[in-house]
Amino acid sequence: MDRKEIVVTTTAPAPPAGPPKARKQSPQMSPQGSGKLAALLLSPTFVVLGLVIAYPLISAMRESLYRKPEGVDESGFVQEGDIWVGIKNYTDIFKGDTADRFWNAFGNTSLFTLTSVSIEIVIGVAMALIMHHAMRGKGLVRASILVPWAIPTAVSALLWKWIFQTDGIANAILNQQILWTAEGQQAFWAVVIADTWKTAPFIGLLTLAGLQIISGEVYEAAKVDGANAWRTFWQITLPLVKPALLVAVLFRVLDVLRMFDLPFVMIGEHKHSVETLSMLAYDEAFNVRYGPAAAYATLLFIYVVIVALVFVKLLGADVIGEAKAKKKAVKERMVLTTLPAAVVISSSGAVR
Amino acid sequence: MSTNKPATGRRWLLHIGIAVIVIYCLIPFYWMVVSALRRPNDQGSNSFLPNPVSLQNFSGVFSKDVGFWRSLLNSLVVAGVTTILTLLIGTFAAYTIARMDFRFKGVVAAVIIAMSMCPGISLIVPLLKLFSSLGWINTYQAMVLPSLSFALPLAVWVLATFFRQMPKELEEAAMVDGMTRGQAFRKIIIPLAAPGMFTTAIITFIAAWNEFIIALSMVNEKSMQTATVAISKFTGITGFDTPFGTQMAAGVVVTVPLIIAVLIFQRRIIAGLTAGGVK
Amino acid sequence: MTVRARAWRGAVVLAAAALLAACGNDSGTPSSGNSGGGAPALDGTGDFTFATGKDTSNNMQKLADKWNADNPNEKVRIVELPESADGQRQQMVQNAQVKSDAFTVLNLDVVWTAEFAANKWVVELPQDQFKLSEFLQPAVDTAKYRDKLYAVPVYSDGGMLYYRKDLLDKVGVQAPKTWADLTAACLKVKALPEAANMSCYAGQFEKYEGLTVNFAEAVQSAGGVIVNKDGKPDVNTAAAKTGLDTLVQGFKTGAIPQKAITYKEEDGRRAFQAGELLFHRQWPYAYAKAQQNDGSSQIVGKFDVAPLPGVTGPGSSSLGGHNFAISAFAKNKASALKFIQFFTSEENERSNLLATSQAPTRTSLYEDAQLIKQFPYLATLKASILSAVPRPKAVKYGDVTAAIQENAYGALTGTKTTDAALKDLQTKLEELVK
Repeated sequence: MDRKEIVVTTTAPAPPAGPPKARKQSPQMSPQGSGKLAALLLSPTFVVLGLVIAYPLISAMRESLYRKPEGVDESGFVQEGDIWVGIKNYTDIFKGDTADRFWNAFGNTSLFTLTSVSIEIVIGVAMALIMHHAMRGKGLVRASILVPWAIPTAVSALLWKWIFQTDGIANAILNQQILWTAEGQQAFWAVVIADTWKTAPFIGLLTLAGLQIISGEVYEAAKVDGANAWRTFWQITLPLVKPALLVAVLFRVLDVLRMFDLPFVMIGEHKHSVETLSMLAYDEAFNVRYGPAAAYATLLFIYVVIVALVFVKLLGADVIGEAKAKKKAVKERMVLTTLPAAVVISSSGAVR
Repeated sequence: MSTNKPATGRRWLLHIGIAVIVIYCLIPFYWMVVSALRRPNDQGSNSFLPNPVSLQNFSGVFSKDVGFWRSLLNSLVVAGVTTILTLLIGTFAAYTIARMDFRFKGVVAAVIIAMSMCPGISLIVPLLKLFSSLGWINTYQAMVLPSLSFALPLAVWVLATFFRQMPKELEEAAMVDGMTRGQAFRKIIIPLAAPGMFTTAIITFIAAWNEFIIALSMVNEKSMQTATVAISKFTGITGFDTPFGTQMAAGVVVTVPLIIAVLIFQRRIIAGLTAGGVK
Repeated sequence: MTVRARAWRGAVVLAAAALLAACGNDSGTPSSGNSGGGAPALDGTGDFTFATGKDTSNNMQKLADKWNADNPNEKVRIVELPESADGQRQQMVQNAQVKSDAFTVLNLDVVWTAEFAANKWVVELPQDQFKLSEFLQPAVDTAKYRDKLYAVPVYSDGGMLYYRKDLLDKVGVQAPKTWADLTAACLKVKALPEAANMSCYAGQFEKYEGLTVNFAEAVQSAGGVIVNKDGKPDVNTAAAKTGLDTLVQGFKTGAIPQKAITYKEEDGRRAFQAGELLFHRQWPYAYAKAQQNDGSSQIVGKFDVAPLPGVTGPGSSSLGGHNFAISAFAKNKASALKFIQFFTSEENERSNLLATSQAPTRTSLYEDAQLIKQFPYLATLKASILSAVPRPKAVKYGDVTAAIQENAYGALTGTKTTDAALKDLQTKLEELVK
């Protein structure tokens, strides 16, 4: 990953201004022909995704419009069948007696996302800067960074739960008796620490990729202009790394919004300080209230989609890579190079 | 990157920084290994080195009635088939999105990314009902197909990125030379995208290997369960034990092959992830 | 989009919709269970499965092999469920949701009977096929719903007070029968130099089912109830307040260590074994573990067990245990019934006790001299079970226990006053237990 490789590739045939024009003008790319071919090539994907995602999603949305009857009949048996309740499941979530719990979970989920991702960005960028400038130990660092990824999420949650036991190693090192798994702020931080550990190295990796694309001339020009390290970082490095970072952050945000494993395994159920929307949906399903559970799941899905849209529109996260602005040559290159790793992040931490 | 040699003080700072990063990443894993090597009754000990070192947890993991070897094999099959199918199906979709122009391309891409945002919990019961009626419970396909739900969008995105990076002119040059689009795809594009496909394969494999909730729901026979499910069924010596030792031992057994594979292929993975350095 | 592409898109949507419609019809079909009256005869002979959490002693597999040898045409296959009780329940409920015949015999926790019976996930069992009088009556009671038998008790469990006999002997005190005695004994013991850093008491206070058990026992120890004899909630009483206050005060004065709020069974057992606790409320399984000579226990030979203390006299424990039931959607119910009879025979329950140390459900085994020699706590255990009170029987037990945990945890951590906790609990239970 040293500079020589990068220099070679930037001279490889990929003229920044080229692609959009070239695509449209190619004689092979007649819209009609390629449209048919595209449909054919895309169909297996859509068939599979239709079966394993669209069908359950639509099924869940349908389920959220029904409820099972409450109470038992005279002989003590639960009444059967589904009752159509329309959007009552949804209005109950927002205004019924479980509303407090919903808003608490909503707040927790959002707070987890903000806190966790912010800390990961700071740690990750710091890691990237260190790795970028380091001369020795690169192989060792590269290997260690991939270790948190290779540990299965379920095992990692168990490990951190054990570390944060009252008589566990965390308290032993800190020489305290913090009740990490009891209700309270410390439980929130325990989850944040465990989540950050597993995924900060990745933001580090992506930022590193972004850093390595910035050509040396930019830095040299800054030096000539008399900028010190701090200013260089804030006004040159960070803006150039920003597009890649944003895409990585987007995928991480989408993941933390759906967080379930960590608080569930580490802290336990029904704890107000860490209950997330996913846990709420799980709890409802556990108590055989499938209508409300499907409603929670659908709401969570909508929340995630909204956040993604905000990212793409407002913050300019260039997810599809179709940007055509002038400066975007360098930025696009960064997005393209960091996108795969961003999706890796999403796969390593996702709730399945 | 600046070509200046960092000042000695700065160099030492960087060395310390590297050390901090390595420690940050490895310490919890070290604790995992240490915990696996303790005796079951010493679970609560906080000593840095296990004393006495005991392989009891490991023998518990591999005891006959657990069938862990079989579980590892099942994990391998499910993850492997998922990866292969994902590559087969996803490559075509990725190629289409990345290198072809058609109307609604943006919509298609957006739909695929939206699919990857689906909360995993909602998938289970509908698919369980479907597979039950098809008689597919306790089969490999019941675990592979739902795994495609997260593997496919992931792979399509990663592969699309790699495809997009290749110069447009490649296919045109090939077709000018007389090859059909299909031949151009096979003989030129695929070899060039090989590193990217390799990276995608590893990413998909690891994601599928670690999958839990689908494997738990679709299979109830011990001989068909995967390793992650087997870990969830570990008990300690009594019903109330948190079988932490055996779980950590199993975690080590499940993780170490992945780490070794990642170490062997680390150059490729990092090169693939920071795709600027591929060619 | 081209016509072709549109067609494909449309096909996918149609397919999804068709599947949806097909599955949409499932919800209204009546189940194949019985509908009141006497238990209908169970039919179907052939192979079947037994869904249970993992048996660490391997005795279940041994018994299954024995059964298979004698009944080659009605073989049983053990299906292992996840290790946690919640995980087991979830798998069984999911199985019932899809009306699958994958599980035949279900190993149910005692608190699940009402839910499984009312939802018609298990079938009623013919009472004349079992000599129920030979079993411990409280255990049989947990297997009934509205006076009909839905399961057969196989394992039982009752809480006991573990105490440091060596330290109590030093200060010349007997095992306490009341909370006041316990506190007094604790004061005396703490005056000893070697006991200066010990805490008095701990149970299971983490926010999980164990808290419901401990809360129920605290309330019962003061003469209160959670639900009364008619099954109606009645927990906002002075007696319940006294009971809950005992625990709350324990936390406030430090008699119960602060960290006990995170204790499940294993945490408490480890603390007791390390010599940190003078008294400990625990299930019988800890007895054998605390006696192990491999260096993991600091108290080998130094402890004993007694019935739980109460306010004016001995208290009562919460009843635990497991029952076997037959899934309503299984095929070979008659074979399953015979298997349950086989498993609960005196000979096989004896083998279970010897292998797992779990409390059997047959009265006769508690009177066996040889067994008493091997398990010295058997008499205390029997007394504990006979006087034990079951947790509230509710169809929506999940919600009931969540409400109890919420309010008990709030009271113990001091976020709610005892009065508010009990009042809120009563309101919530009235909604749930109609």
